[in-house]
Amino acid sequence: MTEPLLDVRDLSVDYLTEKGDVHVLHQVNFAVAEREFVGIVGESGCGKSTLLFAVAQLLSPPGEVVGGEVIFRGRDMVRLHGGELRHLRWRDYSMVMQSAMNALNPMKSIGGQFKDALEAHGTQSREEIQSRSREVLELVGIDAVHLGSYPHQLSGGMRQRAMIAMALLFTPQLVIMDEPTSALDVVAQQSLMTKIRELQQRLGFAVLFVTHDMSVVSRYSDRVIVMYAGQIAESAPTEAIFERPLHPYSRGLMNAFPSIRGPRREMAGIPGSPPDLANPPAGCRFHPRCPEAMDICRTREPALYDRDGAKVRCLLYTEEGQLPAEPARETQSS
Amino acid sequence: MRYLARRLGLFVVTLWAALTVNFIIPRVMPGNEAQAVLATFRGTVNPAALKALEIQFGTNVHQSVFASYFQYLGNCLTGHFGVTAQNVSVVSEIGSKLPWTLGLVGITTVIAFVIGTVAGAISAWRRGGRFDGIVPPSLFVLSTVPVFFVGLLLIYVFAVKLGWLPLEGNYSIGATPSFSASFIGDVLKHAILPGISLVVVTAGLWVYSMRNNMVTTISEDYVKMARAKGLKETRVMSGYAGRNAILPNLTGFAMQIGYVLGGSIAVEYLFSYPGLGYLFYTSTTDHDLPLMQGLFLFYTLAVLVCVLLADLFTAVLDPRMREA
Amino acid sequence: MAVTEALSEPPLEIEAAVARGRFLRAVMRNRKAVIGAIILFVMAFTAAFPGLIAPHSPTAALYGQNSPPSGSHLLGTTQLGQDVFSQLVWSTRLTLVVTLIVSAIATLISTVVGVTAAYLGGAADRVLTVITDIFLILPVLPLLILLATYLPPGPTSLVIVLCITSWAFQARQLRSQGLTVRNRDFLVAARARGERSFYIILVEIVPTMTSLLVASFLSLAVYVVGFAATLQFLGLGNSGELMWGTMLYNAQQASALEAGNAWWALAPGAAVALLGSGFALLNYAFDEIGNPALRPVRRRRKRRDRASA
Repeated sequence: MTEPLLDVRDLSVDYLTEKGDVHVLHQVNFAVAEREFVGIVGESGCGKSTLLFAVAQLLSPPGEVVGGEVIFRGRDMVRLHGGELRHLRWRDYSMVMQSAMNALNPMKSIGGQFKDALEAHGTQSREEIQSRSREVLELVGIDAVHLGSYPHQLSGGMRQRAMIAMALLFTPQLVIMDEPTSALDVVAQQSLMTKIRELQQRLGFAVLFVTHDMSVVSRYSDRVIVMYAGQIAESAPTEAIFERPLHPYSRGLMNAFPSIRGPRREMAGIPGSPPDLANPPAGCRFHPRCPEAMDICRTREPALYDRDGAKVRCLLYTEEGQLPAEPARETQSS
Repeated sequence: MRYLARRLGLFVVTLWAALTVNFIIPRVMPGNEAQAVLATFRGTVNPAALKALEIQFGTNVHQSVFASYFQYLGNCLTGHFGVTAQNVSVVSEIGSKLPWTLGLVGITTVIAFVIGTVAGAISAWRRGGRFDGIVPPSLFVLSTVPVFFVGLLLIYVFAVKLGWLPLEGNYSIGATPSFSASFIGDVLKHAILPGISLVVVTAGLWVYSMRNNMVTTISEDYVKMARAKGLKETRVMSGYAGRNAILPNLTGFAMQIGYVLGGSIAVEYLFSYPGLGYLFYTSTTDHDLPLMQGLFLFYTLAVLVCVLLADLFTAVLDPRMREA
Repeated sequence: MAVTEALSEPPLEIEAAVARGRFLRAVMRNRKAVIGAIILFVMAFTAAFPGLIAPHSPTAALYGQNSPPSGSHLLGTTQLGQDVFSQLVWSTRLTLVVTLIVSAIATLISTVVGVTAAYLGGAADRVLTVITDIFLILPVLPLLILLATYLPPGPTSLVIVLCITSWAFQARQLRSQGLTVRNRDFLVAARARGERSFYIILVEIVPTMTSLLVASFLSLAVYVVGFAATLQFLGLGNSGELMWGTMLYNAQQASALEAGNAWWALAPGAAVALLGSGFALLNYAFDEIGNPALRPVRRRRKRRDRASA
């Protein structure tokens, strides 16, 4: 297998507060291959956005990486500083944030913000800056006249697309996206996602995409990572996770979303709420809410186990578990 | 645009309020005070000016209050502000002393503003660090110290004890005003202690607003985005955080000019610096009512102009305001 | 005052904190609060019991003139032969009393105007806001001087003119706070009961604003101390009264800095600065306690400065 583009190993992030450290991310392990579209899903507070910022080296205090490595194209970014890191930024990987209204400087024109990025990486000539700026706007379907516009003058959908255009200025190999469609209406969402997918296939970049919207994940991603309480619960190809979710939490998630097609079935939420990450439960972090919790789940912390091409953090899939690999979706017996 | 129109409206109303205060004062003054003022003027000014003063006090006059009020307003709007106790026109008296105060206050305000703003920005950038823990609180506490006390200390140390700098005046006695280097040097030497007093006390006025706004701005997503793009930290702080933090507060900053002007009065008195502030002080001891009224109006106008300029500046520089 | 101005949200968390009893502990932990409290306590004590601290009578002109500090006269004597230290101590009372009275009255006026404007809304609100803005823009010291010149000199006039010029400082904040409270359920209930507006304002709204009221009081005190002293320094007070400002005036008239006892001029100024700082520190600390966003971020370990290189 070729070297992954991004290899995150045992990444742990804490929030240092006056009342103690909150373990927001705990030993997260995953990899992203070139051109792969990976979706990260989970409840609010599971750490998915923190994961993105940690990978992009954009954590602000009180958040801090306290362990692990983020290896991007062979180099550990956690150990990089200053100039080296800045050199990589935007050229090799870039970021798209949730709200373009907040992520774009309200006092600078779109063109001005493109110019900043271009100049920071060595492009000095006006013509080059102009032409590249127009090119990327064209890629996302925005008229070049908007280089002179300010963020508040564009519609929501246009703003998001402008952000994506900005992210593509240097045709990076990896684009990290934090819920870029959450602030849009359904129609705009669709159009944006289609655009992103089209650009991805055309320009060949990998995408790490955080969302709470399962429909987006199911349609566009190659692989899905499910997060819970700061850890990866399950990681599998999209089709596998939707057809045969392994982790009880993933199953709960799949059941919580209705499907337009298919038979009518009862909706089931996941009872309880996510744990306090300052004091996570002993053993498996999901056991208090798990319909299939065993005694051993209270004391033993599960690792990520391989199973049929997927990875799952659940003791059910070790010798102690003895559960079949394809649990039925309809019945949930405890 | 509508916003500016409203501000202009406030401007006009405030001017009117100042004029009205000026009108009311002589009317409600205790009798003996009024007599003192009139006595001062009887000896020196021409009858017409004395008559104008009597109208203000409402003595010897066969007019209703309202008629006097409108006449007074009319006079002011046409630039007739009366004469001082020395029979010099108020306007020209103010005009002759204006440059000295303008120089002193203008320069010190700019310096203090820069110091305060930069200190605020650095404190926000290195929030929680040593700079942040020491500088803003110190500057703020300094701004609560009466400016004349700072002046007293400076005089004591530098003028009395060390004798390095002069303790009063705007230039040495006997020197003839000119544009020569030596005269200008003399002027500057005399301006140092008053200037430092003002700067020390007013820098703190701007530190906290700037710091707190900067802290908020730094946590904005677009600052994070600027970093994500690989921009140098200094560029992020100045181009994205700093600029965005200052602009919305320009008007608030301008409102502090009133406090600075007040400080300049105390400083000029302390240093016998013959600017508008000193003039204001002597007008109180001389019972020179017209001069006081003129100066009060002038000060009000100065603050209003600064606030309006700040509003204009903000409107022009903030792209979001241009639509409004 | 600049600090309270910068608060974007009124410090409502204080109410909750008091209820949970954590308030006192928070005050104790905050260094600034402690220093400020100590300063004010010392001042209050001196004001209450000057006889215990001052060795001599403040007005008796018995001692050598313009003499420098010595064993029996810690700060030397005045031009008339009075003991400076005793004068300083005895002046604390009136200075403090004037400060507190002005701050209280100004806060009261401020609250009435601000909350009424918030509660009544509409045209009344607009009018009150314009009036507030006018008083905010009119330059304070010039107005003070203008008014003080023509009133009989003395502490009463001082209180009057200071109240006139200070009430507007906090009216805006109080109005904002009033606005947030205006539509809460308990007020709707009060209106439904048919209570009169005045009652609602006084009994229902104001108690929820105690933290802002305390903050306003402290902010005002900071500036009142300085302005009062400045006015007296300029000769607009009654030079016979025992206040720090009048001491400064007398010292300046006697050219104390150059020709006499410099401490006579500097000590009252230092006292004014100290009192102002005490209020300022307490105010600053109070803001921090109420608004956690302003608290100093304590850096725990050495930060790996990656993102901000």
